[in-house]
Amino acid sequence: MNDAVEVKTLIIDEQEVSARRGQTILEVARENGIQIPTLCSLDGLSSVGACRMCLVEIKGSNKLLPACVATVYEGMEVTTNSERLQKYRRNILELLFAERNHICSVCVSNGHCELQTLGQQHGLTHVRLPYRNPDLHVDASHERFTVDHNRCVLCTRCVRVCAEIEGAHIWDVKGRGIDSIVITDLNQPWGESACTRCGKCVQVCPTGALFDKSKVGADHPKYPDFLPFLNMMREAQ
Amino acid sequence: MNIEELEQIAESVRLENSRYDFEVNVCMDLACMSQGSDRLRDELVKAAEASGKKVLVRRTGCMGPCSSGPLVRVDPEETLYHHVKAGDAEAIVSSLGGDPVPALQCDLNEHFDKQVRVVLENAGHIDPEKIDDYIARDGYKALLTALTEMTPNGVVHRITESGLRGRGGGGYPTGLKWGTVAKAGGDLKYVVCNGDEGDPGAFMDRSVMEGDPHRIIEGMAIAAYGVGASKGFIYVRAEYPIAVSRLTTALREARRRGLLGNGICGTTFNFDVEIRLGAGAFVCGEETALLASIEGRRGTPRPRPPYPAVSGLWGKPTLINNVETYANVAPIVRNGGKWFFNMGSERSKGTKVFALTGRITHTGLIEVPLGIKLWEIIDVIGGGVPGGHTLKAVQTGGPSGGCIPAEMLGLGVSYDALMAAGSIMGSGGMIVMDDTSCMVNVARFFIEFCMTESCGKCIPCRAGTAQMYTLLTRICEGQGTMDDLDLLVELCDTVKNASLCGLGQTAPNPVLSTLKYFRNEYIEHIVHKRCPAGVCNIQAPVEVLA
Ligand SMILES: Cc1cc2nc3c(=O)[nH]c(=O)nc-3n(C[C@H](O)[C@H](O)[C@H](O)COP(=O)(O)O)c2cc1C
Ligand code: SF4
Ligand code: FES
Ligand code: FES
Repeated sequence: MNDAVEVKTLIIDEQEVSARRGQTILEVARENGIQIPTLCSLDGLSSVGACRMCLVEIKGSNKLLPACVATVYEGMEVTTNSERLQKYRRNILELLFAERNHICSVCVSNGHCELQTLGQQHGLTHVRLPYRNPDLHVDASHERFTVDHNRCVLCTRCVRVCAEIEGAHIWDVKGRGIDSIVITDLNQPWGESACTRCGKCVQVCPTGALFDKSKVGADHPKYPDFLPFLNMMREAQ
Repeated sequence: MNIEELEQIAESVRLENSRYDFEVNVCMDLACMSQGSDRLRDELVKAAEASGKKVLVRRTGCMGPCSSGPLVRVDPEETLYHHVKAGDAEAIVSSLGGDPVPALQCDLNEHFDKQVRVVLENAGHIDPEKIDDYIARDGYKALLTALTEMTPNGVVHRITESGLRGRGGGGYPTGLKWGTVAKAGGDLKYVVCNGDEGDPGAFMDRSVMEGDPHRIIEGMAIAAYGVGASKGFIYVRAEYPIAVSRLTTALREARRRGLLGNGICGTTFNFDVEIRLGAGAFVCGEETALLASIEGRRGTPRPRPPYPAVSGLWGKPTLINNVETYANVAPIVRNGGKWFFNMGSERSKGTKVFALTGRITHTGLIEVPLGIKLWEIIDVIGGGVPGGHTLKAVQTGGPSGGCIPAEMLGLGVSYDALMAAGSIMGSGGMIVMDDTSCMVNVARFFIEFCMTESCGKCIPCRAGTAQMYTLLTRICEGQGTMDDLDLLVELCDTVKNASLCGLGQTAPNPVLSTLKYFRNEYIEHIVHKRCPAGVCNIQAPVEVLA
């Protein structure tokens, strides 16, 4: 196995595929029409491997790897959709649904939410775990946007887009464990922060945690696809 | 500095010590100090001066059996005194040269006989703030030997040959790790010492940092030479101010003696070490989180690979080892890999320091050869369970470990045997539990710890441990159902296999191991609403009259 070789061949779900050195399993799978569920990862942002929805099995290893971070190697054999993986994914989603407040019928993102879609795709019909129902605040101090922490899944997409793409880094995470929460600046109200009002965080937020005040209501689609395009244009310059 | 000069320093220390007829060593580590051993030392100094006898009063690091503290050892007779108070100083000094003070004397022969001291060989014998004390006990000899007589490859080979495995918990072969970093490209590499020690109740690393700081610096310098690094960091939690101050002093002294810095001992080898303070988060002991914290970022783990050996601090190859791992390095270089390899059991070589706590007669620090039977530690070294109670379980590995039932005391203590029993070696916490412990409550305690110490980055660990805690609380309070138990087991599986880092991956262990060996206690709580140990406060069910 020579790492200097640029092209790698591997097997994903019994399908032989080829890849460039340094590509992630997720990228290669997508190129070949194999769908792996994701939540924290987003095309155009760095990957953090946090949500664990994209875990895949690697033959010969008992450790599961996040497809969004793990890079391919020659002769790798990947399974993306075993029963075991499906169980873990369902349990992760169930943990999220029970963690905060995700009552879709009263959410601005109803019908356009990645969490909701994932739940549907994985046949999550009910939650067995006790709901935690934390009483988190809603910060509407910003002129244009609102953050409802009760809907946040802590994917940190907002943190990354603000730091990596916009270059403002007003978002970050405060606290730890179950008490973690995203904050603006040093935990100041969003409206008083150094926010540049670009709105990228709202577009990448997978749920109804960040939303545009002017579009409250059921019809609130988000458009995160601008990111790879923006990156491409920047690189071309 | 060269070997001859080291010898000269050692000789002058011996000469200085030979001016005294007696050495009175006072343990001034945390446990003894909290019982007033600092005042005791002052009184001893006063009494010694007044007596006109030639007495050297020395402060030392932890002597081991902390529950008998404050401890004083008189040399050359090696008389050990326990529970010594400041008021006893005069009696001790006036007894010198005659019969020992019977009221204070303690017999801990059984406690010490089965122990083998490698890591703790200097504990209780040197003043941790005096580099010359360390040098007088062969200190820095290994570093000079390595620099002047061995190739970097030779150093790595010697460590590999010794069979040393990481003492931070994982047990990864140290030589293999060094070899990987040595082979990694680039001319800037780092060595890092993990002194975060977050396991509740564990204090092995603290006592080495406080009692014998030069041993760690020497180990790191040898490692740096072996892997080709020029810069080191010691990461210590800020809750260990004495360790920080002793290490700071030690680093200054080592620089002054030319044992750190540029062109060490006339060779071309450059190496220096900086201390970095952690804010006391358990997860910052995880290597990738620790490195993020040193870089000044939020201390959260990241997925591996890439491993730190390939891409660590600021993207450079980085060797990260535990305090105790580094503490083993100098003796291995000095005495040879074979010497170390011959101690211990088949796949676990050398000795291990444990912090023995809980329901046991002698609590404190012990160092034992690996492979030793658990009962030897509990019954012989530890002196058994006090107060007529019976042993129920031994917990090893802290929040990442498990409970080993009393029936399995014949187990030899090694990485593999503990793993097979559903626990882990961990960093060296060993908590003894008797019939007054409720195992469900114990599991809940550790899950609560993991829940509050989770960094919150990945979902299984963040939300999973919180849900497990809720379910365990229900069971403890007599509100649990058998469905809750099934759910708990399912969560254990998800959290163990889907979490990002070792914290989540091992968090279910205390639950799984108590379920394996003490399932009946769970059933008692759930079905009969009864806590067999009488720990959990279960309200009698209200009778509903029809
Ligand atoms: C949650 C967590 C906490 C840890 N805490 C420590 C610690 O306090 N000290 C330590 O040396 N290693 C700790 N480790 C292990 C380190 O990640 C790493 O494996 C170790 O420092 C490597 O050194 P070694 O090979 O010498 O054991 C921890 C690991 C995890 C997952
Ligand atoms: S606010 Fe939205 S984008 Fe930010 S962490 Fe929460 S769910 Fe993710
Ligand atoms: S999408 Fe890979 S871990 Fe979240
Ligand atoms: S602190 Fe004195 S013997 Fe441990």
